[in-house]
Amino acid sequence: MVQASKELDTPLDRAQDRFLSDFELFEQNGAAKGPSWLRQIRKAAISRFSELGFPTTRLEEWKYTSVAAIANVRFTRAERARGGLTSEALALTTLEQVACAQLVFVNGHYSRELSSFRSLLEGVKAGSLATALHSDPASIEPHLARHASYHDHAFVALNTAFMNDGAFVYVPKGKVVEGPIHLLFISTAPFDSAQDRPFDSAHGRRETAVVSHPRNLIVLDDGSQGMIVETYIGLGSDVYFTNVVTEIVGGKNAVIDHYKLQRESEQAFHIATMQAHLDRSSNFSSHSIDLGGALVRNDVSAVLDGEGIECTLNGLYMASGRQHVDNHTRIDHVEPHCSSRELYKGILDGKSRGVFNGKIYVHKAAQKTDAKQTNKNLLLSEDAVINTKPQLEIYADDVKCTHGSTIGQLDQDAMFYLRSRGIGLAAARRLLTYAFASEMISRIKVEPMRALLENLLLTRFRNGSEAEDTR
Amino acid sequence: MLQIKNLHASVNNTEILRGIDLTVNAGEVHAVMGPNGSGKSTLAHVLAGRESYVVTAGEVIYEGKDLLAMPPEERARQGIFLAFQYPVEIPGVSTTYFLKAGVNAIRKHRGLEEFDAIDFLALVKEKMKIVELDQSLLNRPLNEGFSGGEKKRNEIFQMAVMDPKLAILDETDSGLDIDALRIVANGVTALRSQDRAMIVITHYQRLLNYIVPDYVHVLFDGRIVKSGGKALALELEEKGYDWIKAEAELAQQTVA
Repeated sequence: MVQASKELDTPLDRAQDRFLSDFELFEQNGAAKGPSWLRQIRKAAISRFSELGFPTTRLEEWKYTSVAAIANVRFTRAERARGGLTSEALALTTLEQVACAQLVFVNGHYSRELSSFRSLLEGVKAGSLATALHSDPASIEPHLARHASYHDHAFVALNTAFMNDGAFVYVPKGKVVEGPIHLLFISTAPFDSAQDRPFDSAHGRRETAVVSHPRNLIVLDDGSQGMIVETYIGLGSDVYFTNVVTEIVGGKNAVIDHYKLQRESEQAFHIATMQAHLDRSSNFSSHSIDLGGALVRNDVSAVLDGEGIECTLNGLYMASGRQHVDNHTRIDHVEPHCSSRELYKGILDGKSRGVFNGKIYVHKAAQKTDAKQTNKNLLLSEDAVINTKPQLEIYADDVKCTHGSTIGQLDQDAMFYLRSRGIGLAAARRLLTYAFASEMISRIKVEPMRALLENLLLTRFRNGSEAEDTR
Repeated sequence: MLQIKNLHASVNNTEILRGIDLTVNAGEVHAVMGPNGSGKSTLAHVLAGRESYVVTAGEVIYEGKDLLAMPPEERARQGIFLAFQYPVEIPGVSTTYFLKAGVNAIRKHRGLEEFDAIDFLALVKEKMKIVELDQSLLNRPLNEGFSGGEKKRNEIFQMAVMDPKLAILDETDSGLDIDALRIVANGVTALRSQDRAMIVITHYQRLLNYIVPDYVHVLFDGRIVKSGGKALALELEEKGYDWIKAEAELAQQTVA
């Protein structure tokens, strides 16, 4: 790797340099107390980040997504969770009633005060990663940073270098957790008033933008079952940056449902990596819903590292205005007799842009693989853009793999049918858009989450100039 | 109720309707017959407001108003109903949801209170009987996975719920076996009333054994070339459309 004598000429380079110097501060203060194996991983990660730098659109994996907007902002890390948000923040979610645990994080830091626990089976762990790193390192060390590779992905490297807090969930062998475990990440201004913000003398202004690097580790041991929901919410209208990595480890016969609901504020940058590593005969489903954020990138990957695994990846992204939403997925079929089903749907309005890239990689040993991947997009305006690219790489010879993608507008026959029954133009558009998305919503098993999304959907694509409503 | 005067309409720049004149009064049932490609379905869609069908000349007056100036939803709210030849499948929307949205849009337009879920369900249960429709269909996605007969029965069921002033049935009999045809036709007959007019478009006379029309019109090459009573339908069944074609061509030559 070329590292020496790099000139700090581009905004991406300057941003990289700021993160590198921030790491030195982080190491001296926050990170100094961690176990030595953790400090080593962080050092290796920052060193890799300094080699990789921020990705440019010259990289195939980032061809349609420029992170220049992120590089142009100076970010500060929040040192601790801010208090005083209880009602405001928790009113935005409806899961507390059914969740057996709800862990709340503010700007990446666990808040005991806001979190709640109803009933957790004996032996099930759900809590702060920062705490567990000190109290229970033996449960974490075998998994943390072993699955999400910081060698290839700059944002994973950055997250790994700064990883400190997030959720740690562990379900022991054979245990079935009935309700969802909810991980709620709230981003907000880190200071109670503008005067508390650190003054940036070089630019004559107070810093406002917060960056957080939440790190989640979810481990389900052999034969266990659990449901994890991650929600990302932004309060206020400040620019901020969430750079999250979630590692999920599924043991033999484990059943894991994972949901991620991204409702960041409209100025937010959200970069998320979810890496699942699955063992023999496990069953994994991922549901990724993107509603918010100015610039969003998800990397969802699963390694099917045993026979007889079933893997489902579902996704729904809805964007309007100038939102940019990029979903990259990858499924590695490593062993024989696994099946994967992937369906991502996008609804793009205004001048928004969507990117979908789905890779299915069938390794040489993975005979009898049954993989199906579909990406469907609905473009509601002339200016909305989608770049979709399904990719199959197959090195085994006895497999069944299909993929396909569609891009379309609302069906004119269906529009006329609805209108001929008295339903107005705007209402008909909304109803058909809702119908397109509802296939994904109906796959959500967490009832309050499904109800919340149905409501959000029904009000989402309201067209202001055609105000009539028949519902 | 409805006066169609010298109606010309094109689809993709091809003229399909070439001067239709037709008057329909409340309480009447008009059958419109004709060979394939004569313009029957185009007429139905033009009356319902399909935008891809462009009216190039003529006018349509409905209850004293210019029908052609209204968007499709407005026509529905004014009491026009089209039973589709090919009802559209809409995954993700249940028949109940779809129908309730339509009925309430119409009620709102007429200054009536919108139905709540309970009132609406009561209405639906009553009207389902007309076409012997199974209630489980109503909670399924609209027309998705319905058989041909179920789709057509669903159209007539919708008509019963919407209670239109002018119903246009576009080849409601096509593709139905005799049992399904009987159910659909009996449903339509049950909905005949003095206040309601119907235009029944069909290729075959068979449907008219059940829905006895007051008038029969033969459409050929975009024009109504012959009108009569129900006997005309029987004559067409017996002799086919060829003699009509010959007559029409002869008339054309005479004019020329």
